[in-house]
Amino acid sequence: MITIDMRRMLRWGMTAGGVMTFTAAVGMLEAFEDRLLIYPVLSLGYLLLLWFVPVAGYQSSNVAVLEGMEAPPRGLHNVIAGAVTGLVGGVVLALFAIVINAFDLRDVFVPFSLKLVGLLTYGLGVPEGLPYAVLAPAALGLVGGLMHLLPASVRRRVILAVEWVVVVALLEQVFSQILRQIRLEVVADRVFTLKALEWWAALAVAALVAAVAERTRGGFGRMRERLFAGDPRQRTRNSAWMAVLVLVFLIIIPQLLGSLLSEVLANVGLFLLMGLGLNIVVGLAGMLDLGYVAFFAVGAYTVGVLTSPLSPRFTLEWSWWAALPVAILTSALAGLLVGTPVIRMRGDYLAIVTLGFGEIVRILFLSDWLSTTFGGAQGVQNIPGIPLGFTEVSGVGPEGVLYFALFFVLLAAWISWSLQESRIGRAWTALREDETVAAAMGINIVRAKLNAFIVGAILAGFAGALFAAKLGSVFPSSFELLVSIIILVVVIVGGMGNIPGVAVGAVVLIGVLGGPNLPGLLAEFAEFKLLIYGALLVFMMLRKPEGLVPSVRRSRELHADELTQDAWLDKSGTLAEAPGGGRGAG
Amino acid sequence: MEAGRTVLEFRDVHTHYGPVHILKGVDLTIHEGQIVCLLGGNASGKTTTLRTILGMVTPTAGEVVIDGEVTNGWRTAAVVARGVSMVPENRRLFKRMTVKENLEIGAYLRADDFTADYERVLEMFPVLKDRLAQRAGTLSGGEQQMVAVGRALMARPRVLLMDEPSMGLAPVLVAQNFDIIRQINEAGTTVFVVEQNANMALSIADYGYVLQTGRIVLSGTGRELLANPEMRQAYLGEVG
Repeated sequence: MITIDMRRMLRWGMTAGGVMTFTAAVGMLEAFEDRLLIYPVLSLGYLLLLWFVPVAGYQSSNVAVLEGMEAPPRGLHNVIAGAVTGLVGGVVLALFAIVINAFDLRDVFVPFSLKLVGLLTYGLGVPEGLPYAVLAPAALGLVGGLMHLLPASVRRRVILAVEWVVVVALLEQVFSQILRQIRLEVVADRVFTLKALEWWAALAVAALVAAVAERTRGGFGRMRERLFAGDPRQRTRNSAWMAVLVLVFLIIIPQLLGSLLSEVLANVGLFLLMGLGLNIVVGLAGMLDLGYVAFFAVGAYTVGVLTSPLSPRFTLEWSWWAALPVAILTSALAGLLVGTPVIRMRGDYLAIVTLGFGEIVRILFLSDWLSTTFGGAQGVQNIPGIPLGFTEVSGVGPEGVLYFALFFVLLAAWISWSLQESRIGRAWTALREDETVAAAMGINIVRAKLNAFIVGAILAGFAGALFAAKLGSVFPSSFELLVSIIILVVVIVGGMGNIPGVAVGAVVLIGVLGGPNLPGLLAEFAEFKLLIYGALLVFMMLRKPEGLVPSVRRSRELHADELTQDAWLDKSGTLAEAPGGGRGAG
Repeated sequence: MEAGRTVLEFRDVHTHYGPVHILKGVDLTIHEGQIVCLLGGNASGKTTTLRTILGMVTPTAGEVVIDGEVTNGWRTAAVVARGVSMVPENRRLFKRMTVKENLEIGAYLRADDFTADYERVLEMFPVLKDRLAQRAGTLSGGEQQMVAVGRALMARPRVLLMDEPSMGLAPVLVAQNFDIIRQINEAGTTVFVVEQNANMALSIADYGYVLQTGRIVLSGTGRELLANPEMRQAYLGEVG
């Protein structure tokens, strides 16, 4: 029995309309209209405006295939549902265009300009362009609906191909840089025009991706299964091999990427160091620390004050290597000082108090009172690089910083992994689960928490020391609350309590989107970075709260009920292979 | 079992939560090798008594003596290191850790090799052998009780404290539970059980105390208390 669910179509249509209107209203359409993705047909602005419409068109008539039930028939009704959904979204968008055309709201909403009206009506204006503003989403919704008619395997391949085309076009910088480094300038010049993929090149990429997918036929999934299933010893060995491969890749990659991209990766390394530290505090010991940036600042300022010839008070001009132990010591001390009074608090209260401490530290560095030592708002400048005998590592040569950061990240990852597997790591997990019982087991709660806090502080101080040498100067404005929050988001999005998760989080957020005041690969998004961070965080919390790469324990916690059901199903032997349906909105 | 020397003693112990007087001069003596039970209704101070032994609550007056040493003001870790461990009320396992991890946490303070105790626990509860890698929260109530007892035994305690071990268990499991307590005691561990289930507890106890609003109102051997008419009326549900 086929029913067309009007309410559902309306709901998805309104959602699509809302997403489109929001994208236009915050100014994304206008800002990215010039950034072409596929020459000459698609700009980033229109992609951001319209991408959600086919997704909604698909979802509005998507029925989950239930186990033991007959698969719902697919047909014309899916296409109609998609088109109607798109149409509803288009009407919402057209109404928005009419409103901004009729009323001058620019005083309040800067992006509500006539130029925006022009973009929304494809250059024809109101009312001539309105049919197009409605029909374009309707057509895209129809395309979404049409996807139901394709067999699942073909549909997956089409989606994969589209995703790859978008990725290649967005990361034009990376791909053309790699092509240039391997002396294929000719290809790079032909394929990319005005930072965009030529339309024929886009088709070629899509065809290539589809062909590769056809050849491997889920071979990657099987390979991953072979790698990570099986007995634990085999798995450990495979993971070790993977780690070696990744390492080799990381050593080669700066040579391919050139300095701009190495700079981005070096920033990823810095944030990864901090993420690993915060992961111990939040992910393992379960203490929500929102003032984490304070320790980063302490490490950076210690190195700055001790090494710079322009240091306001001292003229010690120590080498970075001599300053490093002091930086680690001072940040550990800061961890002890901040930790001791607040450690007895739990949960939300701890978060608020640490947030306050983080701000206090920044304000102290900024204050006139301490400006004779820390330089107030001017900070400390002329911080020398890291002498390595044959060369000096500094911000001028980001490849050097990258290798250096890489080395310390590996060290930090190894340290946090061994801590996690040790007696103290078990104590942290236990006290996160049940503080009172952990105490009854003889775990010294205060000391265990303080240990976590101090280890976290040391890793942040370390990152700070690297940061100072890399940037060559430290200012109070580099250590705002936002930094703490972004590190936390890195840990949460990546997968709390899990080292590979934190690495993935750092690459995705800091590498692709960019950190606070640091450009990422998608430097164009700078203005909207925080918006995207927020959207991503909300999406993750709703759909995948365990993060991109979840730790086993963490996903046990968050999907406890489902797991219990799964365990029951497993036992009764009814858990069939899950059908590979839609990919959700996103 | 025959009573040995005193391992745990309360001498006129008073405790307060803020200004509220909880224990009002409690005297207790537990001899080595005994099973001693502490009976009492809700809010009589039973759990506070256990928390006081473990050093989670410091007496405002009086002395807690463990093995001849006054332990007032000791940290919990120090008390546990002295050979006192607890099976908490409602078992309170680390639910998302595996059974094995739960057991290992029990031996947290031990620097020596605890393999022998691990084997012993698994021998005592063979069911757990198949569950070692399973997270503790997915076990049944009875199995969770086994893990909780096993976790406490991993510290190789000389005194095992049990907070309402029969709470929330099916009657069959309650009986099984008291069998286990007896078994542990026969292996040489002194057991101090806090219970509401007076009948069951007294039937295995060498000695019992009855606590009422912070005061010991009755005490005697298990048999004496079972025979005591007052006791029967107040706790054993007999209408007098």
